[in-house]
Amino acid sequence: METIFSRFHLIIVQDPDLKGELKIPEGFNLNLYTKSDIDKVVGSSSNAISFSGYSCRYFGYLMSRKKYIISIDDDCIPAKNSNGEPIDAISQHIINLTTPATPFFFNTLYDPFCEGADFVRGYPFSLRSGVECGLSCGLWLNLADYDAPTESLKPDLKNSRYVDAVLTVPARTMLPVSGINISFNNELVGPALLPAFRLAKEGKVRWETVEDIWTGMCVKVVCDHLRLGVESGLPYVWRQERGNAVESLKKEWEGVKLMEDVVPFFQSVRLSESAVTAEDCVVEIASSVKEHLGPLNPTFAHSAETMVEWIKLWKRVRAN
Amino acid sequence: MAAAAPPLKDELDIVIPTIRNLDFLEMWRPFFQPYHLIIVQDGDPSKTIKVPDGFDYELYNRDDINKILGPRSSCISFKDSACRCFGYMVSKKKYIFTIDDDCFVANDPSGKQINALEQHIKNLLCPSTPLFFNTLYDPFREGADFVRGYPFSLREGVPTAVSHGLWLNIPDYDAPTQLVKPRERNSRYVDAVLTIPKGTLFPMCGMNLAFDRDLIGPAMYFGLMGDGQPIGRYDDMWAGWCIKVICDHLGLGVKTGLPYIWHSKASNPFVNLKKEYKGIFWQEEIIPFFQSATLSKDSTTVQKCYLELSKQVEEKLGKVDPYFVKLADAMETWIQAWDELNPTKAN
Repeated sequence: METIFSRFHLIIVQDPDLKGELKIPEGFNLNLYTKSDIDKVVGSSSNAISFSGYSCRYFGYLMSRKKYIISIDDDCIPAKNSNGEPIDAISQHIINLTTPATPFFFNTLYDPFCEGADFVRGYPFSLRSGVECGLSCGLWLNLADYDAPTESLKPDLKNSRYVDAVLTVPARTMLPVSGINISFNNELVGPALLPAFRLAKEGKVRWETVEDIWTGMCVKVVCDHLRLGVESGLPYVWRQERGNAVESLKKEWEGVKLMEDVVPFFQSVRLSESAVTAEDCVVEIASSVKEHLGPLNPTFAHSAETMVEWIKLWKRVRAN
Repeated sequence: MAAAAPPLKDELDIVIPTIRNLDFLEMWRPFFQPYHLIIVQDGDPSKTIKVPDGFDYELYNRDDINKILGPRSSCISFKDSACRCFGYMVSKKKYIFTIDDDCFVANDPSGKQINALEQHIKNLLCPSTPLFFNTLYDPFREGADFVRGYPFSLREGVPTAVSHGLWLNIPDYDAPTQLVKPRERNSRYVDAVLTIPKGTLFPMCGMNLAFDRDLIGPAMYFGLMGDGQPIGRYDDMWAGWCIKVICDHLGLGVKTGLPYIWHSKASNPFVNLKKEYKGIFWQEEIIPFFQSATLSKDSTTVQKCYLELSKQVEEKLGKVDPYFVKLADAMETWIQAWDELNPTKAN
């Protein structure tokens, strides 16, 4: 990844559960945060908010002062496109974030702003300027982001299909956002990228978590409400093998069961007109989670609390 | 190894509107010949349109349409490819594939010819997923599946009513875009089929389209266009907005993406501008209308949905232009004609 990443500033956050020192290749301009940094900044909030495992990245988001953030899991390397050329995922994410999104009407030629494409006949002209993009969700070649049951049933299923498109996920349509390869506009939606949904037996491989799915739906609700776009498609990264899906199956399918309640909730949640920032939106979502999902499972009640704590932390850190 | 029989050979009709000729069928012969064609001849009925040898077909010109429908033939457009919907009405098959006569066989990136009909059939025969977006597109395609986080209760999907294909070479642009970008060609092969989410409208192009007649046929009316009408090139758009509202209401799916065909002819953008001109302004009222249209719980069949929609069209869009009052009326006439030609089969 060196040639692609080395032009940018890196924020590396070491999982507080990961003992020992990280060996980092030279030549990168970076900040490294470890458990002690997290404890120092987060202080008393550390009871409610856990930055363990995949959630350690949210500390990085909290610390960043940049407008755009790109986050890629550490088991991903650059992929190649259908011509065999290496894909610069960063450039593509930047293109996605800096090009308008079109959530209010579906364009059948996908991204109308990319070269060689445009809005098709029948696309209303008043909707052609688009809106700002808040979140860009990339995809994965080789090991796609499947859950443990799917992975166990089809261990040989590799994603080899390169779909040459970026598209805006329409307004009010929910999607499963995978944290493996994403980017976002920190100024517009930063507060909504939050570590709030922790399974009781959350593990260290992606198919033992659904924290990003929860976060992604929060971000989508926020974007829909604030009239921002969420895009999905390019860029691809190459995701490598790790872990044993069948082993993960032996744990409870807690995440899978909880999704059945989570999805209908996010599909129906509506925010008030007075919620005009991402922070406002998150607080309202948290309140709605507490009221509607809290009674169903303590995980949800805890998430609602964590979301409120997170916004307080976010504001505190930003004020300093 | 014996070749498999063409899928849905006796259950699918290919509907082709034409005013010129059917030379394009030669290129499609390997893929289309096993199927029955319904040719709808637009324009001068005294002209003879030659159908290439070896195809099994029925052909209808304007005289035939007038004879079969009587006074109800007023709902079928003249001098516009919208007349193709007559073909949907007279078909006795479950599935329809419709294609324009300037659309040819495209090649995929490996150089192999694309059997568009076969792909449409695959799209129609496997479920859609309108209730939650799958980031890996169609989860039922070989080599794909539902991604992590996709609720298991939604993985069965819903029946697919419509399969909307795309076009390489000349893209389906409106007149203003054609005027600004006369040389733009679509060379991007996007290897995906995806379900258009519930609650989202799209511009449906009739150039390369397939649907399940049993599920959605009566809503596939292509409106009043062409001769004597103030608007053209909005026939498929109109049908697309109607079918999407109805599919969303009835829990049916609409897919878009593959297959690609090769669109060879760019129509004259100045002629197009004259036809589309009013539509470009009316669109701004029409879209919010469809986006907010709701149908009652009692509308449980396509016909009931469509009639309910036609009343709303008259009531809400009638204020925009008297054309919509005429159109609402034609929508009713269409349903009457459909029901007469397609009496409900006893279960």
